[in-house]
Amino acid sequence: MSAPLLEVRGLTVEFPTRRGILRALDGVSFAIAPGEVLGVVGESGAGKSLTGAAIIGLLAPPGRIAGGSILLDGARIDHLPAEAMRRIRGRRIGAIFQDPLTTLNPLYTIGRQLIETIQTHLGLSGADARARAVHWLEEVGIPAAARRIDAYPHEFSGGQRQRVVIALALCAEPRLVIADEPTTALDVSIQAQIIALLKRLAREHTTAVMLITHDMGVIAETADRVAVMYAGRIAEIGPVADVVRAPAHPYTAGLMASIPALEHRVARLAQIEGAMPRLDAIPPGCAFNPRCPRAHDRCRAERPELMGAGATEAACWLHAPAHAESSPAHA
Amino acid sequence: MIVFVISRLLQAIPVLLAVGVVAFSMFTYVGDPVGAMLGQDYTEAQRDALVHKLGLDQPAWEQFLHYIWAALHGNFGYSYRVAEPVAHLFAVRLPATLELSFTASVLAVVVGIPLGVYAGIWRRSLLSRVFMVGSLIGVSLPTFLIGILLILVFSVELGWLPSFGRGHVVALGWWTTGFLTWSGLRSIILPAITLGLFQLTLIMRLVRAEMLEVLRTDYIKFARARGLRARSIHFGHALRNTLVPVITIIGLQLGGLIAYSVVTETVFQWPGMGLLFIQSVAAADIPVMAAYLLLVGVVFVVINLIVDLLYYAVDPRLRIGRGGRGR
Ligand SMILES: Nc1ncnc2c1ncn2[C@@H]1O[C@H](COP(=O)(O)OP(=O)(O)O)[C@@H](O)[C@H]1O
Ligand code: SF4
Ligand SMILES: [Mg+2]
Repeated sequence: MSAPLLEVRGLTVEFPTRRGILRALDGVSFAIAPGEVLGVVGESGAGKSLTGAAIIGLLAPPGRIAGGSILLDGARIDHLPAEAMRRIRGRRIGAIFQDPLTTLNPLYTIGRQLIETIQTHLGLSGADARARAVHWLEEVGIPAAARRIDAYPHEFSGGQRQRVVIALALCAEPRLVIADEPTTALDVSIQAQIIALLKRLAREHTTAVMLITHDMGVIAETADRVAVMYAGRIAEIGPVADVVRAPAHPYTAGLMASIPALEHRVARLAQIEGAMPRLDAIPPGCAFNPRCPRAHDRCRAERPELMGAGATEAACWLHAPAHAESSPAHA
Repeated sequence: MIVFVISRLLQAIPVLLAVGVVAFSMFTYVGDPVGAMLGQDYTEAQRDALVHKLGLDQPAWEQFLHYIWAALHGNFGYSYRVAEPVAHLFAVRLPATLELSFTASVLAVVVGIPLGVYAGIWRRSLLSRVFMVGSLIGVSLPTFLIGILLILVFSVELGWLPSFGRGHVVALGWWTTGFLTWSGLRSIILPAITLGLFQLTLIMRLVRAEMLEVLRTDYIKFARARGLRARSIHFGHALRNTLVPVITIIGLQLGGLIAYSVVTETVFQWPGMGLLFIQSVAAADIPVMAAYLLLVGVVFVVINLIVDLLYYAVDPRLRIGRGGRGR
């Protein structure tokens, strides 16, 4: 892998609460190469959105980064002064949110919102910024863009609004985009179009994408690599083909088994017995052990870190060298 | 747009007619104007003549039409108390009240909105807490007490500002203004603060609450995620989204300011409509009271229209289709 564009090392995010400190992310590490699409999957509450928010410096207080580091192009961006972080957002890291019906300011034309974003980051004149805005609307497939640029968000359908959101996220040409469930709120018939659009734009502009989704099918089609999150940690990470073909972590294996056939894409993950533990009740050892069909004594006592497991890395004792000798892993 | 204004005006007609009915019925059910005007000694003939002259022998609906018709021509009859045309009394008093209400509302808006925005954005800061506690005092102290306290401090103790009257006024046609003289400007300060303080605190608390709400929305998060400047996010994106409810409340409150400046005008002996109204109530001066009611009705209708037009200007979603309905 070439020098990473984004590198997250041991990221820990905590929420101080009245009943003590909740550790919502615990030592999350991964990297994204330039132009790469990293899929991030996991049950609701696993910490996917928090990871994205921490990277762009928008953790909602009282949440805070309690440990680890985040590097963009080799330079740390966690704990940057607010103004320096603001300049990175939109310009170097873009973000796409879940619900296009609520992500656009209802009181301003989409053109105004695009032009403001472009001018904030690129310092273009009004006319140049507008031309660029029209160009981006064309890029994302808004018909009659030169005219529609003066329309308000409520004059667009949900799918079109998500296209506008994508244009807003990309219009200052960031090299990384964090897309947090960009299709979850959309009609099934439109989801594939939006994913295809995102994939095409990322390729054409060599933009790296951190694609957060519930949908293993989308990941399988779109991502280069995939990170599987569970209870605030990464359970497994590796090239998407390998993870899909031969999941190394029992949790990933469960997810794969629950991938619905393509035509039933709506069905969600998590058809594994039991539920993910709450943050204040994470069991000792491996967080997955109460649900794991292959749990053994060590799982209840010691917590596994990510370790090499064939072509992928998994946080699972089945892949510890000592264990591998006695009983070969086959998930 | 024009269609919208006209339709709004048409909708106002039944409202104003209803106010007219109430105003008119005061003549019938409150007090005995004939007795009051005749005094102690009179003959039946004199009484009948007066009744006829005042039109009181006609059927009620006919009297009502007469009353409305005359009112439309600016004729509200004669004051029982001072035997002057009501319209004339109003022309003298109205500028005083309008200037006071205007100053009080500008104060409330110009101070209340920035304080509210500040307290909404930095809600944990010490200054925001000070504003919030201060606003509780502003909301809970009765107006007359605030007025008296201000007089005590700034007129009696410090002697900085006058405690009553409008100071010197300048006549511009029939309008008299205190804005053009030094003593006029000094005189309006304390009454304007007294009258506007409640509205100021209300606007501040409302803007703060709305800001807190709006700052949680997805479009603000997305604006932050795009790296827009804090100034633009707070004032361009957030504040504007708080405006529809804020305009509604401000509109209602300003109507109240003009209509109910009674207490403030009494405390400061401000020669306006409120003072006139109090004197008229004491004397059961029905024509003045009825005309005052009509005026208040018109003021509210006009303010409602302005509020609707502002909605229309602020929120593009209301412009589609028939447009203009408040949320
Ligand atoms: N403000 C908060 N206070 C306490 N816990 C929080 C807060 N925000 C998020 N969390 C916790 O962080 C965890 C991860 O949330 P999130 O990243 O949104 O999950 P998801 O993977 O579904 O995107 C959740 O279990 C949630 O309970
Ligand atoms: S460490 Fe143990 S409990 Fe955890 S996933 Fe592996 S086998 Fe299951
Ligand atoms: Mg999420």
